[in-house]
Amino acid sequence: MSSPKNPPALLEVRNLSVEFMPNKNTHLKAVQDVSFSLHEGELLGLVGESGCGKTTMMLSLLRLLPEAGRITGGKILYRNQDLLDLEESQMSDYRWKEIAIIFQGAMNALNPVRTVHDQIAEAITCHELKTPKEKLDTRVNDLLEMVGIPASRGSQYPFQFSGGMRQRVMIAMALACSPSIVIADEPTTALDVMIQAQILELLQELSRQLGLAVILVTHDLGVVAEICDHVLVMYAGVTAEYGDVDTIYNHPVHPYTQNLIKAFPNLANPLDSLISIPGYPPRLDALPAGCRFEPRCLKAFDRCKIDQPPVYELKDRHQASCFLVEGQK
Amino acid sequence: MDYYVPPTGFKSVLLKLRGNWLAWAGIVMLLTTVILAVFAPRIAPYDPYADIKVSIMDIYAPPSAQHLLGTDDAGRDVLSNFIYGARVSLIVGFFAAFISVVIGGLIGISAGFFGGKIELILMRFTDIMLVIPDLPLAVVLVALTSPSLGNIIFVIGILGWTTTARLVRSQTLSVKERKFVLRARAIGSGNAHIIRRHIFPLVLPLMVANSVLVISLAILEESTLSFLGLGDPTMVSWGQMLNYAFTRGGVSSGAWWALVMPGLGIVWVVLGLTFLGHGLEQIFNPRLEAHHLSVGKNMVVRGKEGAGDVQP
Repeated sequence: MSSPKNPPALLEVRNLSVEFMPNKNTHLKAVQDVSFSLHEGELLGLVGESGCGKTTMMLSLLRLLPEAGRITGGKILYRNQDLLDLEESQMSDYRWKEIAIIFQGAMNALNPVRTVHDQIAEAITCHELKTPKEKLDTRVNDLLEMVGIPASRGSQYPFQFSGGMRQRVMIAMALACSPSIVIADEPTTALDVMIQAQILELLQELSRQLGLAVILVTHDLGVVAEICDHVLVMYAGVTAEYGDVDTIYNHPVHPYTQNLIKAFPNLANPLDSLISIPGYPPRLDALPAGCRFEPRCLKAFDRCKIDQPPVYELKDRHQASCFLVEGQK
Repeated sequence: MDYYVPPTGFKSVLLKLRGNWLAWAGIVMLLTTVILAVFAPRIAPYDPYADIKVSIMDIYAPPSAQHLLGTDDAGRDVLSNFIYGARVSLIVGFFAAFISVVIGGLIGISAGFFGGKIELILMRFTDIMLVIPDLPLAVVLVALTSPSLGNIIFVIGILGWTTTARLVRSQTLSVKERKFVLRARAIGSGNAHIIRRHIFPLVLPLMVANSVLVISLAILEESTLSFLGLGDPTMVSWGQMLNYAFTRGGVSSGAWWALVMPGLGIVWVVLGLTFLGHGLEQIFNPRLEAHHLSVGKNMVVRGKEGAGDVQP
């Protein structure tokens, strides 16, 4: 937990577990025992393979899980208020006003039959019901300009925008209610590298300007290294390793993190051959009995097959779930 | 800076209508009927509701200069009856279809959006209504209530919503899963807001296209009821004209004009509505649109004057 010298965290997630129950007898542990914290103005990178529970965890922060999903344990403390204790009606006050989310694939997150201006305004009027029309218009125009879209284009429909512009619109929308946290769920998928760089730069700049805390869900370790302060590496629904960027990149302790870093091309030594991690992440309905990474782990030993390693707190805000680090402090 | 903005909304519908002959045929056919109905007192040569003295020679009189389409069993002018009959068909068609589409829309959207028990109850109820044959039920309901215009509209309206409900439900199911609904929820919107601002606008085109079909069904149903003698006896309608000509010796006396005209009227309106329905579907359903898959004649500018100047 955070030591006294640090300011209290903006968002603190403790031992969050999420299960999917597609029918009564099936419990799929999509997220298990994940903890992390987020301070004001901080950028947290959330990385992991596809299907390891990144999006599920982000949706559960807003309590927007699909019907079959249940949050089965843990706490989500936002400014010391547990979001899981709130009534549904109180929860809608927190959504967007405090925590906004930029969805994966902006094409689908915009309503095709309503103008862009209208949809951004919707986010504002949802929380401030009686905003006068002129004030609303200037606010929306400011938001559009802020993300580099001429305000005159607000009257157009999403299909008249390019993919990158739609993503900018989503960012503008996310900032509409001046939230303290923005969750960016793979904001750059399906965009080319130039636009990716622009969007990420924009996010970073806005975070600096407005003191936003950002959770960046991504596959791109290079991006994380460049703009994030902390990194949470997930594997099959559990924390593999969590720590600041320097620790994760230069002194990773979990074999998964170690291999993940090695699997990424190193510009300083471009001739090094890349390492790949053999195998696939386990299916949620056939999780190994012990450590979830054990079948693919090169350093696995007998105990890994039997017990699931708990998350070890190595030092302040550095966690890893591997028996190899047991007893280290 | 100015940007070229492709037309949207009503303007784009007009643009798409331009080359759509099916829709135009439907519009023209419907419009003529509407004009007939609205200006009936001015167009019709006689007033079908006036008291007239009838001699034996006036009954089923063949077409003549006085009666362009002959007379019916009561010696009334068939053309005038025909023109006035358009009123009942259109009024019943539109109002009954309105009731049907509203009920069907409400049931379809609630069932699709809320799911679970609500959907189970609403859709099983729809299934039951769907398997009960409409006509016998309508006959029973009209017979139980008095056969007035209002009652006929009501009965046809509350029996005709089932297909609309199923269509709207399936569309709602697909719209509800789209990302922007999740986004709207993430913004903090409640169910009512999401239905009004996100689901309804995307279901509406389907309801509009479907309502055209429902109108034609309602018109057919009204004609059927009137033909069976369950229509409003105080109003001249096409079904009633058919009924009188059929039951009062029109066929045996060879008075084809008394039978053909109302039949033609019904076919005309229903065909017009079907054309319009097809045309509207082509306009509202973007999947039937081919422009993004093919090259339109205005899309390639190469070869036109000045367009090739770019090359050195």
